[in-house]
Amino acid sequence: MTTRIVELRRGILKKNDELAAELRARFNSAGVLVLNLVSSPGTGKTEFLERTLRELRARGAQAAALVGDLETDNDARRLAASGAPVRQINTHGICHLDAEMISKHLEGWEGVSLDGLNYLFIENVGNLVCPSSYDLGERIRVALLSVTEGEDKPLKYPGLFNSADAAVITKIDLAEPCGFDRELALRNLNEIRPGIRIFETSAKTGAGMEPWLNYLVEQAHAS
Amino acid sequence: MHELSIAASIVESVTEAASAHPGARVKEVRLRVGALASVVEDSLQFCWGLATEGTPLAGAALAIDMLPIIVRCEACGIDAEIAGVQSFRCPKCGELAADLRQGRELEIESIELEEPDPVEEQA
Repeated sequence: MTTRIVELRRGILKKNDELAAELRARFNSAGVLVLNLVSSPGTGKTEFLERTLRELRARGAQAAALVGDLETDNDARRLAASGAPVRQINTHGICHLDAEMISKHLEGWEGVSLDGLNYLFIENVGNLVCPSSYDLGERIRVALLSVTEGEDKPLKYPGLFNSADAAVITKIDLAEPCGFDRELALRNLNEIRPGIRIFETSAKTGAGMEPWLNYLVEQAHAS
Repeated sequence: MHELSIAASIVESVTEAASAHPGARVKEVRLRVGALASVVEDSLQFCWGLATEGTPLAGAALAIDMLPIIVRCEACGIDAEIAGVQSFRCPKCGELAADLRQGRELEIESIELEEPDPVEEQA
């Protein structure tokens, strides 16, 4: 018997990365801004996204959403209240979305074509670990954390927060009763992802939504 | 817990690469994994056993080289390893450093193959 080493030097998630690159090229040529929203369960992604979709539509923009969950279409039904087209992706136990799931769910989406969209939001499965490894072809990855979760979330999950392009702090209407230390949260975000754009919002009261929506418009025009 | 998905991706990739070497057995698979790749080493080892069971890769060892985080400091003009993952600052000057140079790797570096010696022709 002889042994020998064969160099491979290939990405473990090469298949996902290649498909994500294809998706990104499709999104770019269709002129649609795609965002991947990631947070732990219970941060308020769905309520935040519902308000975002509603307000973008009120501004005359075409926005749609793909929403990932292990089971149920509860979130898709909640988001549909915004009037935007929404499609549920059930992963049946898988803890993250991958590029193939996105690609599959773009096919046969009744009434939706990429060319007709300005914005496509992908609400990932609630999880701050696994989604960080999977490129979905998005242009902007958004990490969300709520004031009820603690200011040290970015320090606990550096892999995900470091991979994000923007951070959204949700439920700021609850900041005071929760004793939320705003300065500390902003500092922690900046330690893990220096220079990250941060938005402080309440989907309930609408506080802080304006800068976030302006950012989306600015990013859509930057494409 | 996406280590099982990752282990399955490695099995797929390695099986494909090994098929170019018929008769060879894969003894070891070597990975490069960055400290920010969100992969837990023990969990990946456990899932590797599950993912290879009943495949030609059963029994192959998984060697994982963990890579530290390296950032580029613009002020100092150097690439430097940061201590831990709690603060992305240049260890020399203490300034925040956003430019990540290493830490997200999730790669198969190499495979070690065991091949039968060529059979000598019998007269």
